[in-house]
Amino acid sequence: MDWMAWTWPTAIFFAVIATLLITFTVLAIKFPETPRTGILRIETTRGDRLFITLLGSAFINLAWLGIVGAHQPYALIVCLAYAVTVFRWV
Amino acid sequence: MEKTVNQKAWFLVLPVLLLVAFSAVIPLMTVVNYSVQDTFGNNQFFWAGLEWFEEMLRSERMWDALGRQLMFSGIILAIEIPLGIFVALNMPKSGFWSSFCLVLMSLPLLIPWNVVGTIWQIFGRVDIGLLGYTLDALGINYNYTQDILAAWVTIIVMDVWHWTSLVALLAFAGLKSIPDAYYQAAKIDQASRWKVFRFIELPKMMGVLMIAILLRFMDSFMIYTEPFVVTGGGPGNATTLLSIDLVKMALGQFDLGPAAAFSIMYFLVILLISWVFYTVMTNLDKREG
Repeated sequence: MDWMAWTWPTAIFFAVIATLLITFTVLAIKFPETPRTGILRIETTRGDRLFITLLGSAFINLAWLGIVGAHQPYALIVCLAYAVTVFRWV
Repeated sequence: MEKTVNQKAWFLVLPVLLLVAFSAVIPLMTVVNYSVQDTFGNNQFFWAGLEWFEEMLRSERMWDALGRQLMFSGIILAIEIPLGIFVALNMPKSGFWSSFCLVLMSLPLLIPWNVVGTIWQIFGRVDIGLLGYTLDALGINYNYTQDILAAWVTIIVMDVWHWTSLVALLAFAGLKSIPDAYYQAAKIDQASRWKVFRFIELPKMMGVLMIAILLRFMDSFMIYTEPFVVTGGGPGNATTLLSIDLVKMALGQFDLGPAAAFSIMYFLVILLISWVFYTVMTNLDKREG
């Protein structure tokens, strides 16, 4: 695995994403759900909302880095708020 | 009560997932690892944190390339979509000539990208190319290797030549699906040609046009081969689009860190557009179905 140039932070990053994916897969099997339509007027399942959250969080982090440029961990708080919004209303 | 969705069928795609993991996910993870490190070769890496992302976000070079990219996609969409609709509207609706037109228009779509680039690269040359020679003979100063405007015109005309047929074919398919009764009703109401287009044809084509717009946007946003073969990104950096710039950075300069950060941001934009594409398509299907 040397050629992949692993670092601890990136390993943790991928581990978190993998854990999220596995958790949501298990949830989808244990508790099947009906897709619902939220403020975006598109049908979403939990998995869709997770995807929207993760993709949005990437852009939030980039925007934070580009505009604020310091205290990057605080961007995660914005991401959490965004995640709550997505899971509640989208 | 609505039926719950059984997501277990997704396990059937596991083999594909493994294949994609091997060909795309693992390389992409490596890119993420590169993006937070610096290297001087020899497979030795040093932690750089978010430095490359910051550098790329503040890099004029990247924003300029993005600007050029958006301009390119914007221009080709503004030409190809109306032109494609116009062609579709004027095509014979049935019979031999209809099939003939369809086959003729599919031809550019079947030509490989690098060949399209080479065709236009030669076509535009002042010494041996028909287009370049003719323009030169007419007294128009046309040289795509030195003149920015000529280079842009060449790559745009090339893309229009290559891909307008796709829009036309999609629009034609949309037009064919309109039942005759709509036209008869319009005739009874004495609707003008414009009104038939505005209130019958356009709304009925909306679905396929949406697909055409998104497909063309995606494709043009990732375009590499054709402009690279024709202009190589020049003159200067005038036609250096995002992917051309990325390849220059990653393979030309071997700046793995910045190029990795650049790729990730590029990938995120593509992912966002793909998601919009997928969502719009599936929602259109649901509304129509």
